[in-house]
Amino acid sequence: MSVNTIQALVLRYLYLYTRTPIRMVELVFWPFVHLLVWGYLTMFLQENTGDDFPYEITYLIGAVILWDVMFRAHQGVSIYFLEDVWSRNLLNVFAAPVTNGEYLASTYVVGILRAAITSTLLVALSLLLYAFNIFRLDWFLIPFVFNLLLFGWGLGMLSTALIVRWGPAAETLAWAVPFFIQPFAAVFYPVSGLPVPMQWASKMVPCSYIFEGMREVLQSGEAPVRELVLATSMNFLFLGGAGVLFLRVMQVARKKALLTKFSTQ
Amino acid sequence: MADAVLEVSGLSKTFDSFTAVDDMSFHAGKGEILGLLGANGAGKTTVINMLLGIVTPTSGSISIFGKDLVASRIEVLRRVNFCSTYTQLPGNLRVWQNLDVFGRLYRVPDRRERIDEVLELLEIAHLKDRVSGYLSAGESTRLNLCKALLNRPELLLLDEPTASLDPDIADKVRKVVKRTREEEQNTILYTSHNMRDVEEVCDRVVFLHRGKVLVTGTPDEILRHFQEETLEDVFIRVARGGDIEPARPSSEGHPERAS
Repeated sequence: MSVNTIQALVLRYLYLYTRTPIRMVELVFWPFVHLLVWGYLTMFLQENTGDDFPYEITYLIGAVILWDVMFRAHQGVSIYFLEDVWSRNLLNVFAAPVTNGEYLASTYVVGILRAAITSTLLVALSLLLYAFNIFRLDWFLIPFVFNLLLFGWGLGMLSTALIVRWGPAAETLAWAVPFFIQPFAAVFYPVSGLPVPMQWASKMVPCSYIFEGMREVLQSGEAPVRELVLATSMNFLFLGGAGVLFLRVMQVARKKALLTKFSTQ
Repeated sequence: MADAVLEVSGLSKTFDSFTAVDDMSFHAGKGEILGLLGANGAGKTTVINMLLGIVTPTSGSISIFGKDLVASRIEVLRRVNFCSTYTQLPGNLRVWQNLDVFGRLYRVPDRRERIDEVLELLEIAHLKDRVSGYLSAGESTRLNLCKALLNRPELLLLDEPTASLDPDIADKVRKVVKRTREEEQNTILYTSHNMRDVEEVCDRVVFLHRGKVLVTGTPDEILRHFQEETLEDVFIRVARGGDIEPARPSSEGHPERAS
């Protein structure tokens, strides 16, 4: 794997974003709106619920920030691929001396950059508007973010594999896939709040342990060791599985000439 | 073929029940410009895509620089480049940014100087800072060619490089292709619907018809074989299902009929 090749692919993305700053709106505007909605809902609930509420309600703001880390990592992979489809550049990239590993690594880096931009904004605004300090999660923030990046990358590869397999008509999956799993991810409510069959599904989603862990840290300050171990193990398995699926679909794409269809449709 | 840069043997590509490329064999030597000629659907672009590793052959082998393409894809692609009328460089990037990215991907030494050089060669140096999406069709094609020449490819694949160009620019492109071959001694595979391109540029032509190699030879040999005056007449005759009778046995001065 060549670092220079990965750098070149990331540089292409940076050129794109610095050339057309309007693209930054997507990284800033929607997360900001999301934070406003959930932030003011949090304040409203704080003022109108008594001590009976079993959680510190501000976890909702933490959930918005952490969800966005995962979402941006996912988009780093899936939108990166679509940028080449939209600009009819896909064949130029795949006919260049770029391995699948280098291509994927560059999308991971782009995912980190996207997540960093959005979460920096959200962290600052949540502190300013709602006095919510995400650093209350202390050092647990590091494994939480790491796990959400892993899950986002895995989900991004899954979305991209489906888009490659089903063609340009499936490009909406680049946005939709994270929302398919959101009800099971326990982002805004605990797993125990779901009906029992959905709880089982939720336990299969690695990031649900991260959001459970976040609530535990905010509520009790205790280390969510079990959640972190489960999330990390499941995430590595998921990432590996998504990687195998992505490589398999790329093989099928070469066999069925699917990549060339993106240039002509 | 001892000095073959490109050697294709028994190449086939089938999509379900449709055979796009059927048992094709041909070769190209160092410094040779080989034309791949045929009507729409003859299999030209599928062949190019297989040579780039974008499409996997159903059967047969592709050897480039003596290496098997499947086994040494990345190593081979560093010494190859292509330009196709079906691809573009990202329209949101400036001309130099696009070339900078591909220069890095192909590990071009003295990248900045080389970018200036190819822009000068294709006469679009004045567009270096222009946003690629604002280029005209002719300028865009020349930018694609700049990308294709960046790494001084030993094998250059050109898929209809003069399509959508006016006669003046098409002429300039043909001259650049010939000049590149003279200076770099690279091998060029050239597909086109423009028979003037083929007559002017190609040393040899592989005539394709419905996924098969119909005949191979120099443009003159092919004209003699079909007893036509221009390649355009040959093209029309073949495309309309005219003479595709077995040829005379291959010998000096005669085209080779695919077996």
